[in-house]
Amino acid sequence: MVGATYALAHELYPYTAVPDQSAQAPVHHPVVIIGGGPIGVATGLDLAQKGSPALILDDHEGVGQGSRAICFAKRTLEIADRLGAGPDMVEKGVVWNVGRVFHGDGEVFNFNLLPEDGHKNPAFINLQQPYFEKFLMDALRRAEAAGKPIEIRGRNVVTGIEQDEDRVTLQIDTPDGPYSVTADYVIACDGARSPTRDLMGLSFEGRVFEDNFLIADVKMTADFPTERWFWFEPPLAEAPQSALLHKQPDDVWRIDFQLGWDIDRKAELEEGRIRQRIDEFLPNGTEYELVWTSIYTFQCRRMERFRHGRVIFAGDSAHQVSPFGARGANSGMQDADNLAWKLDLVLKGHAPDGLLDSYNEERAFAADENILNSTRATDFLTPKSEMSKIFRNAVLTLAKDQAFARPMVNSGRLSVPCTYDGHSLNGEDRLGGPERTRPGSPCPDADLGNGFLLDQLTGRFTLLAIGTEARDHPGLAGIRVHSVSLPNPSDTLRDRYLGAAPHALYLIRPDQHIVARWRDATAEQITQALKTATAQT
Amino acid sequence: MTLNTQPNIPDPDGFYDTLLAAHDGLTKGQSDALNARLILVLANHIGDRGILSEALEAARQT
Repeated sequence: MVGATYALAHELYPYTAVPDQSAQAPVHHPVVIIGGGPIGVATGLDLAQKGSPALILDDHEGVGQGSRAICFAKRTLEIADRLGAGPDMVEKGVVWNVGRVFHGDGEVFNFNLLPEDGHKNPAFINLQQPYFEKFLMDALRRAEAAGKPIEIRGRNVVTGIEQDEDRVTLQIDTPDGPYSVTADYVIACDGARSPTRDLMGLSFEGRVFEDNFLIADVKMTADFPTERWFWFEPPLAEAPQSALLHKQPDDVWRIDFQLGWDIDRKAELEEGRIRQRIDEFLPNGTEYELVWTSIYTFQCRRMERFRHGRVIFAGDSAHQVSPFGARGANSGMQDADNLAWKLDLVLKGHAPDGLLDSYNEERAFAADENILNSTRATDFLTPKSEMSKIFRNAVLTLAKDQAFARPMVNSGRLSVPCTYDGHSLNGEDRLGGPERTRPGSPCPDADLGNGFLLDQLTGRFTLLAIGTEARDHPGLAGIRVHSVSLPNPSDTLRDRYLGAAPHALYLIRPDQHIVARWRDATAEQITQALKTATAQT
Repeated sequence: MTLNTQPNIPDPDGFYDTLLAAHDGLTKGQSDALNARLILVLANHIGDRGILSEALEAARQT
């Protein structure tokens, strides 16, 4: 059977034959996306909403089973919001702010994420990945129904890929046999084991962490609070080295045990064995149902380059991190956010092909930041030498009574979006404004009193005037600049975007990252910043 | 500021005595743990990353 290597949670795009399959010559598509997971769907949806046609090929017919990624960060929700899927996610998701850290049988300390006021979206939600994917697919179907140029084909397995200077040619297998299409660009969003990467013979160097983690998602009506509980060296008989308890929607709880390297994988996955571990972990007599179990290992690594000519890699196919810190799916969504507007401008002839190199520049930089953070968390969780364990436990012992040691406790530094400091698309900073809104930063949201700032930044270049009126700017060779004026800034807007300055002009990219900012700017200065932001210098 | 490698502790013999006394009656494992906690406490007090790096280098060079 073609495709179908895993069971589906939701069948969303069953195979149907399409005219491309009986065409005389391969049909051409501007963009083909390989992989209908969250990153592929988000990228395709973003392109289609901007008017660039996108064809998504997936080897299955819907969303796979298993909770998998469960922790989605604010930046991801903001991106999903722009794509039309955010509200469904937040409504279904579980919002949490408190985390507790235990060592042995005692609590070391607890923390509150204390989310900052004035944001539309929460700092984090927990949501099973199939829901996350389904909500993105729902948004895709709505866009399709509204006439946006997006198509997804199920059980279309890419078996060959070749490129020359002008196009990429894909060989595709289906239940009705093979066919072929051509594309200007191909985006490989086909996951950690990316078949595209293998077909192109691209290596994937990195660091393997020698540890196994058991995930057991259980359904129970328990009155644990909605908090993240993390144990170092939990007091269990066959002690795993760490354990995690975290709530998901539908009364499902994620339990994660760190088992060590040398385990009998098959025996550990037997239901009786898993129940034995969970029975000991949960309070006596707790009744529960096993929803999903899995043992995973992980690697921290990335491709040397995310762009290979007309083939571009995004999400897990390009980079992988440990799950601690929720930097996998969350960073993949930022890849999609970064790539779609650039590809859209290039396809429309409004920006040179070189703009796509900035995708590699910015997202490889972000991947390095994520890999660094997740590697450090992993080193804390799984000490690699006797002395590293002595120091790790010294930190945990001190953290109970000494505040200074608490910031050293690392059970994962939770995902925050990358600021593209010093990168080639950044324009000038002539404001003397707050650090957090310097060029390269993702725009922090702000409550405007009658809505939120990010709702005003709708996937176009935007000239944002704060404390003054924006004048119209003619744009640049097909690139329109949308103006937003907020002459009477709210306190949060002033705090985040003005600081001591009386007023400001910000030029903001379609992905809501800041290009440049001024106290006041001439039309020429704005034009120059637009050129810089679209690689036209 | 740079790392002070000149004598800086009044009554060095008394300090050395106190340092050893803190380990009295401890197993090797307990002593290792105490040393690790002590390093973390002192490092936090110093705070300055430059000085801490110099101190690590000074300790490694011997």
